[in-house]
Amino acid sequence: MVENRPWLTFFSHAVLIAGVVLVAFPLYMTFVASTLTLEEILQVPMPLVPGGHLWENYVQVLTAGSERGAAAPVGRMMLNSLIMALAIAFGKIAISIIASFAIVYFRFPLRNFFFWVIFVTLMLPVEVRIIPTFKVASDLGILNSYVGLTLPLIASATATFLFRQFFMTVPDELAEAARIDGAGPMRFFVDVLLPLSKTSIAALFVIQFIYGWNQYLWPLLITTEESMYTTVIGIKRMITGGDALTEWHLVMATAMLALLPPALVVVLMQRWFVKGLVDTEK
Amino acid sequence: MHYGKLGALRAVLFTALFGLAAQAQAVTEIQWWHSMTGALNDRVNDIANGFNASQKDYKVVPIYKGSYPESMTAAIAAFRAGNAPHILQVFEVGTATMMAAKGAIKPVYLMMKEANEPFDPKNYLAAVAGYYTDSNGNMLSLPFNSSTPVFYVNKDAYKKAGLDPEKAPKTWKEFAVAAEKLKASGQECVYTTGWPSWVHVENFSAWNNLPIGTKSNGFDGLDTVFTVNSPAHVAHIAMLADYAKKGWFTYSGRTNQAEARFFSGECAMLTSSSAAQGNIRKNAKFDFSVNFLPYNDTIPGAPQNSIIGGATLWVMSGKKPDEYKGVTKFFSYLSSPDIQVAWHQGTGYVPITNAAFDVTKKSGYYDKNPGTDVAIRQLNNKPPTANSKGLRFGNFVQGREVIEEEMESVFAGKKDAKTAMDDAVKRGNEILRKFEAANK
Amino acid sequence: MEKRVVFRSAWLPYALLAPQIAITIVFFFWPAFQAAWFSFQLQDAFGLKTEFVGLRNFVELFKDPRYLESFKITALFSVLVAVCGIAVSLVLATMADRVLRGALAYKTFLIWPYAVAPAVAGVLWAFLFAPSVGIVTFALRQIGIDWNWVLRGDQAMALVVIASVWRQISYNFLFFLAGLQSVPKSLIEAAAIDGAGPTRRFWTVVFPLLTPTTFFLLIVNMVYAFFDTFGVIDATTQGGPAGATQILVYKVYHDGVKSADLGGSSAQSVVLMIIVIVLTVLQFRFVERKVHY
Repeated sequence: MVENRPWLTFFSHAVLIAGVVLVAFPLYMTFVASTLTLEEILQVPMPLVPGGHLWENYVQVLTAGSERGAAAPVGRMMLNSLIMALAIAFGKIAISIIASFAIVYFRFPLRNFFFWVIFVTLMLPVEVRIIPTFKVASDLGILNSYVGLTLPLIASATATFLFRQFFMTVPDELAEAARIDGAGPMRFFVDVLLPLSKTSIAALFVIQFIYGWNQYLWPLLITTEESMYTTVIGIKRMITGGDALTEWHLVMATAMLALLPPALVVVLMQRWFVKGLVDTEK
Repeated sequence: MHYGKLGALRAVLFTALFGLAAQAQAVTEIQWWHSMTGALNDRVNDIANGFNASQKDYKVVPIYKGSYPESMTAAIAAFRAGNAPHILQVFEVGTATMMAAKGAIKPVYLMMKEANEPFDPKNYLAAVAGYYTDSNGNMLSLPFNSSTPVFYVNKDAYKKAGLDPEKAPKTWKEFAVAAEKLKASGQECVYTTGWPSWVHVENFSAWNNLPIGTKSNGFDGLDTVFTVNSPAHVAHIAMLADYAKKGWFTYSGRTNQAEARFFSGECAMLTSSSAAQGNIRKNAKFDFSVNFLPYNDTIPGAPQNSIIGGATLWVMSGKKPDEYKGVTKFFSYLSSPDIQVAWHQGTGYVPITNAAFDVTKKSGYYDKNPGTDVAIRQLNNKPPTANSKGLRFGNFVQGREVIEEEMESVFAGKKDAKTAMDDAVKRGNEILRKFEAANK
Repeated sequence: MEKRVVFRSAWLPYALLAPQIAITIVFFFWPAFQAAWFSFQLQDAFGLKTEFVGLRNFVELFKDPRYLESFKITALFSVLVAVCGIAVSLVLATMADRVLRGALAYKTFLIWPYAVAPAVAGVLWAFLFAPSVGIVTFALRQIGIDWNWVLRGDQAMALVVIASVWRQISYNFLFFLAGLQSVPKSLIEAAAIDGAGPTRRFWTVVFPLLTPTTFFLLIVNMVYAFFDTFGVIDATTQGGPAGATQILVYKVYHDGVKSADLGGSSAQSVVLMIIVIVLTVLQFRFVERKVHY
């Protein structure tokens, strides 16, 4: 700020507060709805303050799912989401970091070819190869399994590029020193590179955890058994009940449960989150 | 983990023994994929458990596989990968697809014959079974949960509008009179409908003895074309559009979203599935009646009979004869009067056998529960004609969507009824031709 | 840029690359190839009969007015999402850049929607805008607007745009903030000394310097609108009413999964692949990301 303009500062705060309110509004209403009974919601307009049924709604949803829609307990769904998010985050980081290490620190025939192979996957998001990828998974027999949920999503060009960029900034002297000391490449990797990469790994972990937790299309295709639903899919399946009525109070409770873990990760690990976002794009 | 070597040995022994024991009992497992949720899911499990407990050779395992389209897709993928279920519940619009997939299905009548099980299609309600028989009268799939659209009326709202609550409109003319009075009495939403195409195109056609498509609505050949742009059809859709403008008709969506608006009291009249009765009864805080759909009294032959919706059970091919025997036994069990009566009375779906209907009638159930027999009586109103046996259009999932899209553009005021229905026929026929080409 | 110091090994690099390459081939290339292969065939749902038909699926696709409509819808949707998202975030970021107090708090409160899955965002907003029970629907009725997105296509589009933008605000906000904070203070001061007020300063000094960020976000938002919003559409409108929100990626899913039209869906997949390639090339070309090895 160059000069002191109190009116402008006031205006800025006003706009920001309005922004925060607007952004938070759906969340607030969701929370309120998750504490009411269905009758209270169906009465238009629904109350704007939380009701008294928070405990029973959440317990019901966690243990028994909705009564009339797809009835998997949300507790199980959250476990599935957690496993999926963690597996994808760890998996991606693991295979990308070693792939990146190979690309950057080695000379070998076909190196460029492999690099382009990885690069091209950027142009093949799952949405453009939905049915055939499903068929491959089906043929491999990994439908409705954790393997099926996570394995196809683990190969990631962005993670590989992130590590590549980072490795490029690592001074050559370190590698040289390792060589002189007689250390082999894996030694160098484990003792030198990995510790240096901690911040990148943390940042990537945050982003990939959210990515894995929020996956929608792929779990939708690959899980047809309720016990394998993830939380995000569970919500959708509660709504399109067909012969039943949407139980908004339970849907909203599930929505709260679906968004709390990633939201917590974002807020608590804000620094890593921001770094992760910015680094994976620049 | 403190198992150690001894523990591991124990585990191996235990598994081996258990495995041997399991081998000795060798129960043949039969997989049943379905799309029933909530209370219906419980009923499905009850039926399976009952069958499993009644004999020792077969075990039916019901698995909820998502909504009808999802479970069908899963089954198709499973079939292609070589591990389809034995029994698949398929909704009525998937009938043509299943029937055309001759290599993928095992026709029920054939399966029953090969397993030497007594099976007479005449035991099954004509209006229901007819939908699923081939041109020789052979039943290809087993009817399971069938419903038909009926007309629900809020009696309290009628009283308030000065109408006789016991006299629900029988024709669309009478409907208009009632609608006007209801609107005048301050009713915000006068009428809404679930399943718009099923009610106002498909059943409108059958109930008024009009064809939906040529070749007996597709029963007689894949080269059928749609006929839903006839003057009568267009006039009906135009009438609804006009009511929408007048505030007499509120559109609620393509599935059963309308039902909540009825039982909440928001809308005074509703046309939707007869299977919604249970839900409505549970939630409505007012008196309501269940009636026949209004018919168009200027069309000769109306009212004819309505056609069913819902789903049937198809048997997939490629299974062992012993497994088919199990499926056959299960189907016989399912068709037995006791099971059918419990299913019908517990769910609101129509009973699929004449025997079940008779038993229920004799027990006075229909007298004690007024409105529960409307569906059956409407289905049996008259012996079906070529226009009202049902329909059999390929890829009708897409076909119905096309019709609904065009209807929506009329109700939203974007197209007039004639253009919309002409477009519906044109686009619908393209889908039919594609199906025909792929299944020649 | 190459590393000066490298290792040599006959087998190690291949071993290190193997997992990623294997998964890429099995789950990316093989399906992509199959999509292309299926797009030239006409099959029944069960795969019992297949017939090679060359480009027929593509021809039919481009003759189908619904498909062309889907192109238009997708274009409209992505432009709306990109423009609204960028505009709102820019305003918020500019304000956030100005205030010294509470900046971290504002930042925290504005970035958490990124954690919400697009599908969940869709559900939240669909609930607020539900024709019967929605609280916003109620408010709109009070001021005379009859809201029924189940019937009105433009309202359905508004709903999915709002849900999609809401979620993207945090992402755009962060990038704009970073961009704003990298504007050299000296430039702003110089402009101020020249007598330019804050508004003038913004438009003549700051905004031009934000152009790379803006352009970058434009592309990212469009890619987001093309693909990641699948969850929003599926959880709310499912492409309706009357195809008013049927974006291309949703049509691929719908035709392939719900209608079991493998040939048509695969043809659409191929078209989408081409579009992604173009967008990705654009992203790399113009966003100064030099791909070296």
